[in-house]
Amino acid sequence: MTNNPKLHIPQPAARPGEVPDFSYLDLSDAGAVFRPPTNARAAEIENLALEMVRVLDDDHVAQGPWNPDLDKDTLLEALRLMVLTRVYDDRMQRVQRQGKITFYMQALGEEAVSIGQGLAFEPGDMLFPAYRNQGLYIMRETGLVEMMCQCLSNSRDMCKGRQMPIFYQNKKKNLFTISGNLATQYPQAVGWAMGSAIKGEDHIAASWVGDGSTAEADFHYALTFAAVYNAPVVLNVINNQWAISTFQGFAGGERRPFAARGLGLGIPGIRVDGNDLLAVYATTRWAADRARQGGGPTLIELVTYRGGAHSTSDDPTRYRPKDEWEAFPLGDPVNRLKQHLIKLGHWSDEQQTKLEEELRNTVNEAWKEAVSFGTLTEPPFLDVELMFEDVFAEMPEHLKLQRNKLLDLRGEKS
Amino acid sequence: MSNKTMREAINEALRQEMQRDPSVIIIGEDVVGGRGGTSGAEEASGGAFGVHAGLIQEFGRERVIDTPITESAIMGAAGGAALSGLRPVAELMFVDFMGVCFDQIYNQIAKFRYMFGGRAKTPVTIRTTIGAGFGAGPQHSQSLYSMFTAVPGLKCVLPSNPYDAKGLLAQAIRDDDPVVVFEHKMMYTDEGEVPDEPYLIPFGEANFTRRGEDVTIVAFSRMVNLANQVADKMAKTGISVEVIDPRTTSPLDEDSILDSVEKTGRLVVVDESNPYCSMASEIASLAVCEAFDYLRAPVVKVTAPHTPIPATPALEQAYIPSASQIETAVNTVLDFDSPSAATG
Ligand SMILES: Cc1ncc(C[n+]2csc(CCOP(=O)(O)OP(=O)(O)O)c2C)c(N)n1
Ligand SMILES: [Mg+2]
Repeated sequence: MTNNPKLHIPQPAARPGEVPDFSYLDLSDAGAVFRPPTNARAAEIENLALEMVRVLDDDHVAQGPWNPDLDKDTLLEALRLMVLTRVYDDRMQRVQRQGKITFYMQALGEEAVSIGQGLAFEPGDMLFPAYRNQGLYIMRETGLVEMMCQCLSNSRDMCKGRQMPIFYQNKKKNLFTISGNLATQYPQAVGWAMGSAIKGEDHIAASWVGDGSTAEADFHYALTFAAVYNAPVVLNVINNQWAISTFQGFAGGERRPFAARGLGLGIPGIRVDGNDLLAVYATTRWAADRARQGGGPTLIELVTYRGGAHSTSDDPTRYRPKDEWEAFPLGDPVNRLKQHLIKLGHWSDEQQTKLEEELRNTVNEAWKEAVSFGTLTEPPFLDVELMFEDVFAEMPEHLKLQRNKLLDLRGEKS
Repeated sequence: MSNKTMREAINEALRQEMQRDPSVIIIGEDVVGGRGGTSGAEEASGGAFGVHAGLIQEFGRERVIDTPITESAIMGAAGGAALSGLRPVAELMFVDFMGVCFDQIYNQIAKFRYMFGGRAKTPVTIRTTIGAGFGAGPQHSQSLYSMFTAVPGLKCVLPSNPYDAKGLLAQAIRDDDPVVVFEHKMMYTDEGEVPDEPYLIPFGEANFTRRGEDVTIVAFSRMVNLANQVADKMAKTGISVEVIDPRTTSPLDEDSILDSVEKTGRLVVVDESNPYCSMASEIASLAVCEAFDYLRAPVVKVTAPHTPIPATPALEQAYIPSASQIETAVNTVLDFDSPSAATG
C-alpha cells in the first residue's frame, strides 16, 4: 500500500446550523506585542507578522507600547466617523432593498479599518481603496450627498453614470476610484509611491485588498516591486474571514497569517486586531512613518469579520452560521471604541444614542437632497452623450459619428 | 423533452458529462457557493450564477473544486490537469477578468498541441459570462469573444438558447481542443425546449433561426433574440429576413453565411461587442472578400459604440444594440439603390 498524495480541500470550521468556531484564530493579549522603532530591520521584527498587535483589552482599557495616546477629540471623531459609516451603510442597504439603487456593499463590522487607518495618513497620501473601504471616502469628506448620487447614478454622479454603485472616486482628496477587478490597485499604489519617490516628495501611498484577493497574482507582483524599489507604500489586507462564500483558508490562511506574505521578500508584516481602532491607528501610523522616513513598504493584516453579506446579491446564511459574527472573538469595533471612551469618562450610552440619532438624521437629510438630483426612475436623467465622453482626451471623429447616429436614432439632438 | 432555463440546460450538460466521464472536473471561484460536501447538504447555491446547483452533492468537493481567487492559477492549473488526463471545466465569473489570466489561455492552453509537435492535447473547457444589461459597468459587462476568436488553437462557443447551450457545452467538454464558452448573463433565465437525454451539437454549424429571402442577419448570443424579433415583425410587412446564429465563432460556418448572402445580397451583422476588430467586422469582411459580386448593398454593422460600458441603466440601454437599430439597419440595406441597379 503506497501513501498516495491526497488533495486537501479546505473546510471552514463551521457551516450553517453548526456552532461557530474561531479556535483557528491565534490571538495575543492586549499590550503583549513589542513595538520596535520605525527604522527596525525587517529581519528583526518578523514576529509582528505572526502575533497580533492589540491595544484595547477585554475591559476596554488601552494597554502596552502600541497605545497611540490619541486625545479625546480624535477618539470622539473616530467614533463619530465609524458610526457614520455604519449608519450610511444601513441606509444604503435599505434603499437597495427598496429598489432605489441597483447594488450595495456594506462594511459592517469592519469600520475601524478605514477610519483608524484613514486617520493615520496625511491628506497628501494617495489611497487606493477596495470596495469595502467606504469609510476612507467618508473620513476624507467626500460628502454623503456626493456618495449617494454616485450610487444613484443621477445627474450629480461623480462618475457620470459609468461606474456601478459604490465605485466612488475622489481625485481631489487623493482617493483612487474603486476597481471591479480584485487586487489591481496594489501594483498601482506601488507605482504611485515610486512616482512620489522619483519626484522627491514625502507623500506615500496605501492600498487595500481582502483576504481572498491576496491570492491574486497582482498582490504578489506588487509586493515584489515594493520590495525591490523600497517603495514608500503601506499595503493592507483586510482579513474579514470570508471571500463571498469561501472562507479565508481558500486564500491560504490555514498555513500562515496573511501578514507574513511579504517576509520572504524582506517586507515587514504586522498582524493587527482590526476591530481595535487604537491598534489599527498605531500600526498604520508606524508603517506610514517608516515609509515616509525611507524605510520602504509594510504589509499590514487587519483581522476582522465581515458582519454582513458579501453584497446585496449574496445570502451568507447558505454558507456560514447565522450567529458567527456574535461569536467572533474580536467583537464589534464600534462598541469597543465606545466602551473605551466610556471607561475614560469621555462618553456615555446616552450620548451614543444621541449621536446615532443625529447621524441618522444627517444621513436621511443627505438622502433627500441626493434624490432631488434624480433617481433610477425619476428625472433628471444623465445624458446619453456622456457615454461618449472621456473615452479619449479628445473625442475622435468616429466616436462623434457614432454618438450622432445614436442620438438621431433616439430622436435626440446631436 | 421539457422546458428548461438556460441555467438548467447548462447544469444538465455538466451533470451528464460528469456522470459519463469521471475525468470531468469543475474548477473555479465560488463554484460550490456554500455548504456542500459528499454528505449531501442542500444549501450550496451552485456558484455566482447558480449554474452548479446540486453538482457538489452528487460529485463531491474533489470534482467541484472551489479555488483561491487567482484566475491565472485556475487557467494554468486547468491546463496542467488537462495534460494529466483530466477534462477540466474552468469557470470564470466574468469574461472581463480574463485580463488577469489571458497568458495562460492564449500563450499556453491554446498552443500546447502545436508546441508539443501534436503530441499533447489540452481538453479544457472555459465557461465565462458576457454581456451588458445588469448595470454592472465597464469591468463586468463586456462581450470580449472576438479577442478569443482571434487566437489560433482556441474554439469559441456562443449559445443563444437553452437547447444550444446544452448541446454545445457537452461538445465542448468532449472536444480535445480548448474551448471557451461565452454565456450571456442576461439569458440564464431564458426558457426553451431541451431534451432530457445527452446530445451534442457539432462546432462550425450555424443555426438558421429564421429563413428568409430579402435580407440576411448574422447575430451572436443575445443579439440572436433581437434579430428574431425584428425578423418576425418585418415578416408582417412582407419583408423576409433570414437570421443566422453561427453558434461558434471559431470554427465559423462561413459556407452558411456566404450561401445566405449570395441568396439575399443584403447583410446586416449584429454584435454586442465594441465595433473595432469585432465579429461584426469579421463577418462583413467575409462577405466583402468572398461574396462581393452578390452584394446589392453595403454591409451594415450594428454594434455597441467604441466606448466602455456605462453602468447606469439609462446609458447602458443606449449602449446595447437595440431592436430598433437592427430594424433601421435592415431598412437601410433594403432601401439602398445600388449603382449597378440604377444604371442597369
Ligand atoms: C479579478 C477578479 N476576480 C474575481 C472577482 C469576483 N469577486 C468579487 S469580490 C470577490 C471576493 C473577494 O473577497 P475578499 O478579497 O476577501 O474581499 P471581501 O469581499 O471579503 O471584502 C470575488 C471573488 C473580481 N471582482 N475580480
Ligand atoms: Mg474577505
